[in-house]
Amino acid sequence: MTQPVTPAAPEGSVAPDRSGALSTSSRGTRVLGALSLVGLVVLVLFSFAFSKPDAELGESIRIMYVHVSTVTAAYCLMLASAGFSIFAMWKRSQFADLAAHSTAEVATLLLGLTVVVGAIWGRMTWGVFWTWDARLTSTAILFLMYVGYLAVRSLPAGFRARSVRSGVVNLLAAAMIPVVRESVNWWASLHQNETALTLDPSISGLQYFTLMLSMVVFAVLAVWMVVHRFRVAWLEDQLSEVGLDAAIEARRKEAVGVVS
Amino acid sequence: MIRDALVIAGKDLRLEARSKVAVSQVLPFVLAVVLLFGFALDGESQVLQRVASGLFWATVLFAAVLVVQRSAAVERADGVTDALRMTALHPGGIFLGKVVSLLAQLLVVDVTLGLAMVVLYDVALSGVLLLTTCALLGSVAVAAAGALYGPLVAGARHRDTLLPLLMLPVLAPVLLAGARGFEIALGRGVGGGWQWAGMLGIVAGVYLALGIAVWGPLLEDT
Amino acid sequence: MTAVAVLAAVLAEITTDTWWLIALAWVLTLGAVALYMASVIRRGRRLSRQVPESSRRWM
Repeated sequence: MTQPVTPAAPEGSVAPDRSGALSTSSRGTRVLGALSLVGLVVLVLFSFAFSKPDAELGESIRIMYVHVSTVTAAYCLMLASAGFSIFAMWKRSQFADLAAHSTAEVATLLLGLTVVVGAIWGRMTWGVFWTWDARLTSTAILFLMYVGYLAVRSLPAGFRARSVRSGVVNLLAAAMIPVVRESVNWWASLHQNETALTLDPSISGLQYFTLMLSMVVFAVLAVWMVVHRFRVAWLEDQLSEVGLDAAIEARRKEAVGVVS
Repeated sequence: MIRDALVIAGKDLRLEARSKVAVSQVLPFVLAVVLLFGFALDGESQVLQRVASGLFWATVLFAAVLVVQRSAAVERADGVTDALRMTALHPGGIFLGKVVSLLAQLLVVDVTLGLAMVVLYDVALSGVLLLTTCALLGSVAVAAAGALYGPLVAGARHRDTLLPLLMLPVLAPVLLAGARGFEIALGRGVGGGWQWAGMLGIVAGVYLALGIAVWGPLLEDT
Repeated sequence: MTAVAVLAAVLAEITTDTWWLIALAWVLTLGAVALYMASVIRRGRRLSRQVPESSRRWM
């Protein structure tokens, strides 16, 4: 990724200085991005070419490789988001607030993908897209909870108010994760339908390696995504601050103009 | 804190008693739902009796959203939140007071809805202790969620659609546990009904504890 | 309406086939991630231009 070379702003103009970082990339993110890309290629190779179909799951194990990793990454991000939210509310930290938002947004995307891929897997295994399977149902509810978080996040508000409001919603959503899972599990255990097929079959060898590989790859990918998203969130906040400062400055100039 | 809670609860309930919106708007809504589902399910009493538990709790959730929306709108219109900020009342107490007042309104909804179902769907009552416990604990949980999310979105432009999006997913366990508990009480379900009541208690506890904890910062900073 | 019916029929046919489903799962996942990140990075570039250089990064 080449940085375009642009001339420095001419003296006396009010254009923003165009030299320097013009995107959210950095050496760190390029490394992460490259690792993710290579990792994904290797993963696809392993998932499709190298590993064999499972005795219990058949070919559908190849979907598991992506399904399990997205949900694991999502859970890690949700926990991280809750932690950041607590820190943001407690220490009034802007960094933590933006980190909470970025991790939650990427987690929401991954949760949504988990549900969709899970439905596809269900279609493959049981012939229907939805069987009210415990895990998929709870994941769908969690997805909706975090969509709500993102909605609250987008409400117009000052930084402090936004941080506290969204922090509260985040904490409640996180606190409800175990409750949602437990209650849906109890419910599912009452039904004893064919979804008793556990998603933790005993796999070993190459399949196990591929699964672990996919979790690592998606973890790296998730971090890369969060870093970029965080930087964009930071820029957005800076812009509103800059906008605010500029507006105040404009008011001040007006006042001076009126007086003199 | 408890005393402050009672002050707030008293204020909210007096307000409601005077304006009677919950009674004049939410209760008819609830009755309409019962009737409409009777039509939708073709008036077959077997089917209606089977769905009664789930429908009860779904209706309670929707009605709760209405009640919370109204209560939050009133507060915003009257600038109550600013006034509350300036009092010396314990924030946890304010929260609990709101929970109590919402709970009272929800219990009225519960009873009305229950009666309507007994009459219109010919539901035979049994396991009344389990029914009452589930209804009470579930309503506490719903009230606590409402007391938290209501003021949180008050003043937002899209609060009418935002509030259901916030409340309904997090209250899904309440719907689940309440419906299953009711089913067991009414003799239609399998398993331990008191387990579900316990789950309702846990959700209620989580919401109450979190509400008390975060109400202070919420009041100050928003 | 017939277009919808045809599409639904095609999808129903495809989605009974194992390999199509596996491919769909992977394509959806990686595709969604790619689209999301394209949007994020593009937004980042646009915003970076508008923000004074000193404020562009957290550190």
